[in-house]
Amino acid sequence: MADTSIPAELRYSEQDEWARAEGERVTVGITDYAQQQLGDVVFVELPEVGATLTRGETFGVIESVKAVSDLYAPVSGEVLEVNEALADAPELVNQDCYGEGWILVVRTGDLEGLLDAKGYAEHVAQRED
Amino acid sequence: MTELRRTPLAALHERLGARMVPFAGFAMPVQYTSIVEEHRAARETAALFDVSHMGQLALEGPGAIACADRLCSRAMGTLAEGRVRYALLCNEQGGVVDDLTVYRTGNDAFLLCVNASNTEKDLAWVRSHAPAEATVRDESEAIGLLALQGPAAIAVIRALGGSALESLRRFRFARVELAGYRVLASRTGYTGADGFELYCDSADASALFEALLEAGGAHGLRPAGLGARDTLRLEAALPLYGHELDDTTSPLEAGLERFVELDRDFLGAEAIRRRQDSPDRQALVGFAVEGRGIAREGYRVLSGADTVGRVTSGAPSPTLGHAIGLAYVHPAHAAVGTKLAVEVRGRAIPVHVVETPFVSGETAGRPAR
Repeated sequence: MADTSIPAELRYSEQDEWARAEGERVTVGITDYAQQQLGDVVFVELPEVGATLTRGETFGVIESVKAVSDLYAPVSGEVLEVNEALADAPELVNQDCYGEGWILVVRTGDLEGLLDAKGYAEHVAQRED
Repeated sequence: MTELRRTPLAALHERLGARMVPFAGFAMPVQYTSIVEEHRAARETAALFDVSHMGQLALEGPGAIACADRLCSRAMGTLAEGRVRYALLCNEQGGVVDDLTVYRTGNDAFLLCVNASNTEKDLAWVRSHAPAEATVRDESEAIGLLALQGPAAIAVIRALGGSALESLRRFRFARVELAGYRVLASRTGYTGADGFELYCDSADASALFEALLEAGGAHGLRPAGLGARDTLRLEAALPLYGHELDDTTSPLEAGLERFVELDRDFLGAEAIRRRQDSPDRQALVGFAVEGRGIAREGYRVLSGADTVGRVTSGAPSPTLGHAIGLAYVHPAHAAVGTKLAVEVRGRAIPVHVVETPFVSGETAGRPAR
């Protein structure tokens, strides 16, 4: 397995999503490990702005050439924005999963239960064994 | 789960950073870096695949011709030495036991190249129908098989001293030395591109793969996995056993009538003839997805509110830039241009029936003739 980037400032779910909080706005995406596992992302299906996410439940799907995978909400809250650029350029998820390849922004005050970078790194390492 | 078998190249794939997945009981590379990039290499330059998991059966002896003629959907007695023919093995009900390429390796000798998932079934099938004067041997372990595919394949072959293969026409083979290794090279493939399939001693397979990669680097050659092999064969609308074909599908419904000689008395011919008039006939069609979304295997095909078929293979086409697929539908919906839909996660996504292959001729990198 190639090296996996796990930025120290982010929080992570065990389903390989990351969350970045700026006040009550929390940006969500999938991790470098997840995009490596998926391979070429060719389609991302997202909820509408205004929809409500429930932590641990699916909120969309992400498709690679070979497979369809569910996206699981790392936090609960209202969807404030979705990354419209992914409609035409789903490969942004592969190219820049922590930047241009973000998935959506949720309004939430609660990052409880998410892992820190160290915890997520251990979680990834366990599955690689 | 039983232990996965490894081809002679498994260690090399791992060293090259491939992601290994189970396929037909083997640990096989699904991709090295990116399915899309590997796919593009086969269309634009060249790609190298390990397909050593595929099975090879040697059919030999005075009864070999009669046996091959009886079991194959095309005559093999008329196949000249040095030539290859694609055909089907059919059962008494007219279903497909396997699809295969048959090599005439000698006067009384054929080499049958079969799907990895069917090698044991085919071996038992051919043996149980072989006359006493024919022997059937499983050569799969002894033979390594590499597929070099793409418009630059010939340049890579030339770089390794195989210029004798330049004049080799499609569906012919020759025994040559490549990079010092003895190979049987055929101008065949499963990608819709020009290229070669290289049969070698399994002990040489890994070294030959490396020699090809090294010589091919300057020509844009890259290793490619089963992921790209699948999207390439889908663009070329080549059937994949277990998806478009199985023990119950008719080769005619699969659109393979060109490879079925119904005027001959091969095993299954009678049942295939009878099924032509069956009211529950289906037809395999190619479809293009309009807009976004991917119609995948198993999804329902809809005409209005009615279910009229099922997708057998579906994927994004890296060459065309939209999703494509193959589906069995009721013949009333099989005409090119027919507007249908595929149910994707509860939503009807518009598709329409298109000509196959989806990608061909110049786009597929086939040499003009």
